Amino acid sequence: MRAATSTRPADAAVGAAVDTHCPYCALQCGMTLSPAGRTSVRVRPRDPSAGGLCQKGWTAAALLGSPARLTTPLLRNGGTLRPASWDEALGLVARRIKEIVAERGPDAVAVFGGGGLTNEKAYLLGKFARVALGTSQVDYNGRFCMSSAAAAAHRAFGLDRGLPFPLADLDGADAVLLAGANPAETMPPFLSHLRRAMDAGGLIVVDPRRTPTAERAALHLAPAPGTDLALALGILHAAVADGRVDHAYVGDRTTGFEEAWRPAAAWWPERVERVTGVAAADQRRAAAILAEAASAYVLTARGAEQHATGVDTVGAWINLALALGLPGRLGSGWGCLTGQGNGQGGREHGQKADQLPGYRRIDDPAARAHVARVWGVEPSVLPGPGRSAFELLDALGTSGGPSALLVFGSNPVVSAPHSARVADRLAALDLLVVSDIVLSETARAADAVLPITQWAEEDGTLTNLEGRVLLRRRALAPPPGVRTDLEVLHDLAVRLGQPPERFPTDPETVFTELRAASEGGPADYSGVTWDRLRAGERLHWPVPRQPGHQGTPRLFLDRFAHPDGRARFAVVDHTGPAEPPDEEFPLYAITGRVLQHYQSGAQTRRVEELRAAVPEAYVEVHPDTARRAGLRDGAAAAVVGRRGRVLATVRCVPSMRPDVVFLPFHFPGAQRANLVTNPALDPVSRMPEFKVCAVRLSAAGEREAQ
Amino acid sequence: MRTRVVIAGYGMAGARLAEEIRRRDPAGERVAIVAVGDEPHPPYNRVLLSNVLAGAMSAESVRLQEEGWAAAHGVEVRRGRAVVSVDRAGRGVALDDGTWVGYDVLVLATGARAWVPPVEGLTGDDGGLAPGVATFRTLDDCAAIAAGARGGARVAVLGGGLLGLEAARGLAARGNAVTVVHPNGHLMERQLDHGAGHVLARVLRGLGVRVLLNSRAARYLPGDGLKLDDGRLVAADLVVVAAGVRPQTAQASAAGLAVDGGVLVDDDLRTSDPLIHAIGDCARHPGTVPGLVQPAWEQAAALAALLTGGRSPYRGTKVVTRLKASGVDLAALGDVHAAPDDPRAEVLWLSEPSRGRYAKLVVRDERVAGAIALGVPDAAAAITQFYDRGLPVPPDRLALLLGRAMPYGEGAAPGGGAAGLPGTSVVCRCNAVSKDKLVAAWRSGARDLTALASATRATTGCGTCTDTVCGIARWLAQSEKAEAAGTAHAQS
Repeated sequence: MRAATSTRPADAAVGAAVDTHCPYCALQCGMTLSPAGRTSVRVRPRDPSAGGLCQKGWTAAALLGSPARLTTPLLRNGGTLRPASWDEALGLVARRIKEIVAERGPDAVAVFGGGGLTNEKAYLLGKFARVALGTSQVDYNGRFCMSSAAAAAHRAFGLDRGLPFPLADLDGADAVLLAGANPAETMPPFLSHLRRAMDAGGLIVVDPRRTPTAERAALHLAPAPGTDLALALGILHAAVADGRVDHAYVGDRTTGFEEAWRPAAAWWPERVERVTGVAAADQRRAAAILAEAASAYVLTARGAEQHATGVDTVGAWINLALALGLPGRLGSGWGCLTGQGNGQGGREHGQKADQLPGYRRIDDPAARAHVARVWGVEPSVLPGPGRSAFELLDALGTSGGPSALLVFGSNPVVSAPHSARVADRLAALDLLVVSDIVLSETARAADAVLPITQWAEEDGTLTNLEGRVLLRRRALAPPPGVRTDLEVLHDLAVRLGQPPERFPTDPETVFTELRAASEGGPADYSGVTWDRLRAGERLHWPVPRQPGHQGTPRLFLDRFAHPDGRARFAVVDHTGPAEPPDEEFPLYAITGRVLQHYQSGAQTRRVEELRAAVPEAYVEVHPDTARRAGLRDGAAAAVVGRRGRVLATVRCVPSMRPDVVFLPFHFPGAQRANLVTNPALDPVSRMPEFKVCAVRLSAAGEREAQ
Repeated sequence: MRTRVVIAGYGMAGARLAEEIRRRDPAGERVAIVAVGDEPHPPYNRVLLSNVLAGAMSAESVRLQEEGWAAAHGVEVRRGRAVVSVDRAGRGVALDDGTWVGYDVLVLATGARAWVPPVEGLTGDDGGLAPGVATFRTLDDCAAIAAGARGGARVAVLGGGLLGLEAARGLAARGNAVTVVHPNGHLMERQLDHGAGHVLARVLRGLGVRVLLNSRAARYLPGDGLKLDDGRLVAADLVVVAAGVRPQTAQASAAGLAVDGGVLVDDDLRTSDPLIHAIGDCARHPGTVPGLVQPAWEQAAALAALLTGGRSPYRGTKVVTRLKASGVDLAALGDVHAAPDDPRAEVLWLSEPSRGRYAKLVVRDERVAGAIALGVPDAAAAITQFYDRGLPVPPDRLALLLGRAMPYGEGAAPGGGAAGLPGTSVVCRCNAVSKDKLVAAWRSGARDLTALASATRATTGCGTCTDTVCGIARWLAQSEKAEAAGTAHAQS
């Protein structure tokens, strides 16, 4: 039985204006949706004074009634995907899963989730994998997103919450260092929080490219790709040499400075200059700006994280923040700018290979016992940790790897590194099931495609970049024929022999269970209720189930989350990119986003206004570098690396470093940036090295250019 | 069977070698290490001694290794001991305490020693430095200088090379009256051309350092100072000798190894005895010059690879000299002496003495052949990148010489700049709104910020373009008014 949603209070709002949030990035801007015909809504910023919307947000409704919407399940039949009934589709999927499990055991079936899924979906997906399938093979695309920051924050502070302070605290900042972040394009309204810092000449941007964000900075540090860690060490060294370390703070609130200093001592600014290309004087200035500001923050993002040394790179920036006495103090700190819409909540509730809900570890017996009790199963039936995202994708269809994969909220054919390899692995599966709103590149490769609801058609919660739990509200009835992810999980679980009540379809019911499962864990949601959220409370986790507990807007003010209450410096050293340029591949390729597109582009490429603005892949390159490759602005180029070649149109950009090309990663087919990216993984976070690989640039062949 | 490697010298090169070997052989399964170091301290970073001298860092904070690193990594260190002789036939070295240490492979990393010029009075009867005289090479030297410089003592620095100037700058920053006595016509003549040397002297004088060029010390008079050969007296309570270094090769020479301004080594850092290697300041490889840490560390890495069963030959190091002196940003690399009329080179050259700037770029075959960047830190960073990687230089040489002063794209000028803004330039990036779009919206009746915002979505993202949008609205209103006035005038 599907829940009769029309009788619930949330649904009373359908037909009237509804307050909800943008479907895209982790900023989760507030929007008000009002009816606009039967199949769409009108979008307005909810509270313009608290932040507006970017072009993606304004046009988000275009996908609701889009002809690209999937409204019926598809099954592969005779090589092509053909419409099928839900019963046929779910019946086939359940039967094949049972056969594969019977033949090869539960780990033969894998699950791949996403950082855009609501908390309820992420939670139920993890439960489905562990209980209904009994597989350890579950991970998600957040591994490609902020796993390095999560690991570094755990190591430093004992707890990971993207921003351990409210976003609005940044409004008072005099100085902000952004390491590997381009919010002017990736989360544009975020810039409103940096006005004071920009006006004060305190914005420092670390990025190999002169991005729109870097253009706003008082100081733009453009290190050679893959040398960010050395740069962070150089700035720390400058801070020490120029007497800018907060020794009282370091003594009272941290451990490990001496050990961390040892490698940093070998990276004096002039040596760092040679490796990074960032002037020693600028390193000193960065240290001075941060140290002299009354209110200073260090914020890191994908540019720091997406390296085979991503955890250490983020750790090096945290070391700098700790040396200057920033974290755990009102009006200063370190934070991570999370990427995906629910990048924060998605990493807390159990779709990650090594985790259980509440940000618990799956190898912790107490955590297993707690969660098993909530789920009504024996702890012993819960599987242990499984493969991380790329390792999981890489193992598909191999003798020791899974032969079936269920994908929810992700498009790994475009978004995973070395994507040709990933497409090959998907093709080798016995069963690929994709749940999506449109026929994404991954869905095209599936045996079964399940059409689902999207943002404005469903209720749920997301946790934004500041660890605040937000309510997503339904404003519109979904098109006939689609189901929610929760319904899909329920229907499959029942067909796999699970009791129906174990997989509720009502999101608020799922959330109530999530609260219990997270209770006492690091990310404790037990005190959060939908009623509190409906009433407009701003609840940052942890929110324990205590009368009157108002949540935790600011972590670490009194103590850090390690048992001794102290933050830990990390001993980190620079080693450089896994694949440095050489004679055959003399250029660095770096990847990133454009303002108009989101992630693999599955959604935004189907919004006409956005597609028209940036219709296809391009490669940004210095005019001299283009000329040496025999290319002009607008020419069709091939960016060739060890693992493949990407076709893209040349854009000559004079501010580019001559040794770097930039590729946006939102485009499909031969334009996939990830055809060249390097799946070298961080040893701790298992994050792939998306941000740097070696390539050469050449003209695209006649045949290819067509 | 483990190879027993004895490292003679446990300074920047020797300690690095031990670390590089242990990076490749963490458990010591392939290589046993015995290191002999003559200083009483644990190994430290000589590059940072100018920070210690300036009081910015403690002796503790310039240590290269954690306390206990050697023990934890199975490295036997004989601290405070020196190798006095090498017995090549017997494959062993004799130490100054009379012990004998056998080796399978010997690595000479004995470094260099400060050279004291034969100036009367600098050294005592025993050959040691006279009271009030210090060299600048070791941590103990730093302590001696700091002690001698106390209480605002007057200091003479003998030698205007890299180390001498770093010492002079550090002491001036501590409040000492410092005079640099330099025999040559300009400072740092090994690394700088005449023009750069002069601008550098001017910069240092501005920082309170007295610089005497073409000046030779004739005699040290304790309590008075340095008597120069032209009869002048440089009053000084302390003399810091920074007249250069000499590689420590005595034991190598005595053992019959080939030595010529350093122990000669090949790309495997091998000396004329295949079982003996040399790295760092005591070695001489044709691909580099001694005295800098980077070659030493690269040599240590290459040799560690060889000693642990791999091979990554050392091909030399491109040398970039950076002066580490606060308030002075100086980089020099390659051939800096090429003259503007050199037929085989393009030479760009710019001098602005009043602001302490001097930049020179020598280009050969489209590559950086040499450069000096004084007071232009961006240029120093950019040119070094091209030099190190052998990248072809940009056609716009001047842009490279000037560093960051390259023409970047135009930004949206707020307010008064509205008229001059190109129509296609993006005013609101969050919503991709160009000036043209705003103008069109205005013409369609959107006459204020709110109306423009709702017509175009400009300012509805981060809002930081609000001033620019208001400026465009003002400009349009004014030009409309002017147009109307013009029309009215024509009608009257």
